[in-house]
Amino acid sequence: MTTLHSTYDADDKGWFGGASGFGGRFMPEALIAALDELDIAWQKALVDPTFGLEFDALLQNYAGVPSMLYEAHRLSEHAGARILLKREDLNHTGAHKIRNVLGQALLTKRMGKKRVIAETGAGQHGVASATAAAYLGLDCTVYMGEVDTERQALNVARMQLLGAEVVPVTSGSRTLKDAINEALRDWVSSVDHTAYLFGTAAGPHPFPSLVLSFVRGIGDEARRQCLDLTGRLPDAVAACVGGGSNAIGLFAAFLDDPEVAVYGYEPGGDGVETGRHAATIHAGDVGVLHGARTYVLQDADGQTVESHSISAGLDYPGVGPQHAHLAATGRATYVPVTDTAAMEAMALLARTEGIIPAIESAHAIAGVVELAQERPGQTLLVNLSGRGDKDMGTALDYFGLGKARPVADPQAATPEQQ
Amino acid sequence: MTTASAFATSRAEGRATLVGYLPAGFPDVEGGIDALKVLVDNGCDVIEVGLPYSDPVMDGPTIQAAAQQALELGVRTTDVLRTVEAVAATGTPTVIMTYWNPVERYGVERFAADLAGAGGAGLITPDLTPDFAPEWIAAADAHGLDKVFLVAPSSTPERIEMTTAACRGFVYATAVMGVTGARATTSDLAGPLVARTRAATDLPIGVGIGVADGAQAAEVASYADGVIVGSALVRTLLDHAGDRTAGLRALAALAADLADGVRRGR
Repeated sequence: MTTLHSTYDADDKGWFGGASGFGGRFMPEALIAALDELDIAWQKALVDPTFGLEFDALLQNYAGVPSMLYEAHRLSEHAGARILLKREDLNHTGAHKIRNVLGQALLTKRMGKKRVIAETGAGQHGVASATAAAYLGLDCTVYMGEVDTERQALNVARMQLLGAEVVPVTSGSRTLKDAINEALRDWVSSVDHTAYLFGTAAGPHPFPSLVLSFVRGIGDEARRQCLDLTGRLPDAVAACVGGGSNAIGLFAAFLDDPEVAVYGYEPGGDGVETGRHAATIHAGDVGVLHGARTYVLQDADGQTVESHSISAGLDYPGVGPQHAHLAATGRATYVPVTDTAAMEAMALLARTEGIIPAIESAHAIAGVVELAQERPGQTLLVNLSGRGDKDMGTALDYFGLGKARPVADPQAATPEQQ
Repeated sequence: MTTASAFATSRAEGRATLVGYLPAGFPDVEGGIDALKVLVDNGCDVIEVGLPYSDPVMDGPTIQAAAQQALELGVRTTDVLRTVEAVAATGTPTVIMTYWNPVERYGVERFAADLAGAGGAGLITPDLTPDFAPEWIAAADAHGLDKVFLVAPSSTPERIEMTTAACRGFVYATAVMGVTGARATTSDLAGPLVARTRAATDLPIGVGIGVADGAQAAEVASYADGVIVGSALVRTLLDHAGDRTAGLRALAALAADLADGVRRGR
């Protein structure tokens, strides 16, 4: 495990940017003891070389980490900048998520608990949690919005095959936010023997910092790999941001390098101006959701507004509090990317590099191709956070695959059309 | 009238205080006011008005369903304050139970001022603990409002000490490790929690979550200063969704049973 820390990390109460800033812990008293227990166990694990070695060995021997840094020549030629892809899609289970859950599941074993619960949107975190639970011999229950169980049926099947119980959540918008609510309800009732494997760098303290500690290897590796490959740091790093775990994992290693620009690409859905989106930082307001103060899509009364994204994994009306802090301080720039642009980028990467990205990651590809217009010839490092197998159903519908209508050639499209 | 005076009156009568909860705006704003007045008329000593919220992590399906209905009908924070004003006008101390984000969104100081202006007694905050509540504590103190924080069976002695020290009015003891909802039997965790809490404070202690009828209310009243009932009351209205008169009749009967229970408990 890495010990690298940035000046943008949280304080010991979980505040990013001080007590009037972002983060904190807005949770029922019934869960405070569990959060404290988790915090203490994590802090001890962080300084325990045995835990670090065990985690690193698991990543290396089971998850396939470190993932490679891949120079995307044809995409670079298309975009007009040197684009490097951090290939988290090559990890076991197909996304960066495996790093986080292996860390949290190891911690669960260390705490002597036998059961884990998780929430999932796209299913990637659920699959990763079910995988880690199977590997480490833990019972696993995954909460998933009913809408998401339908659009990600393949991942539901994966979780079930791995031995997890998948619970469809029918309350509220029946998506990720409601799955989190239901998982929290389970946790209140089962906290003595159950750990909550939180799926992103959001939620109450210590989850944002704890998750970061398990995924910050993404950025540490990418930093070293970029230096080895190019002899210098990238001009910019970029990633998609839903809750923001893959992004913060990459960003963390570069936050104290002011010469490296930082870009997060939010799900712009049908377009921010339509109101049907999940661009939380771009269009949200400061509020409290799921235990942290952050940017939230909410109405005038503080009721959470339902979000929309073609990517179930980004369809969340909140965002990790560290991203809120980075946005508020101007250290990172967050830009919305529409569903259309993301899907076109999915096809673009497939056609130029033979890589089918997750729709989440396609948001980052779309963003960085656009960014290349502002930064021609510069080195842009993108986190390819997950692979697109799980999204083939969506792609099939969107592009009309398998039917007579051909997919438009993305290379023929103008930048404006992308 | 403050919650402290309601608890003092009950104590003088040798019984526990009955705290009744319903969300504002359920089945609609005026209907909710009518229902809360039925609670007042049938023996509730303190009224808890729920502020419906889109992400109620501590609520079980019963209260969530009622809150969701209220939200779908467009209840606003201002409607909740109007409800408080109408109920407090009866002379019964009335508090709001709310998740934190709607208060931050309204503006903490403005919320405290408007709640006090409506005659409200204070707030119960299920997802706000004192260590993350400096702004609310300052606003509540400035307006003389009750600050009712929660203790739980999992609370450490240090946290019970810290939480009770920050409370004013009464302390809310959550009887179970779980979400709101009526249960077939009362919790065996509540008694020890009340004992631990009583060792830390002279404030009255109300026990909530799980009480469904007069018999359970009597059991809880044997060791607690207050019995807090929500889901069971909400259920009476949900069960008579098509007949408001019948719903209010059932609500009145349950409230009266609970009020009898807190008198039988000692």
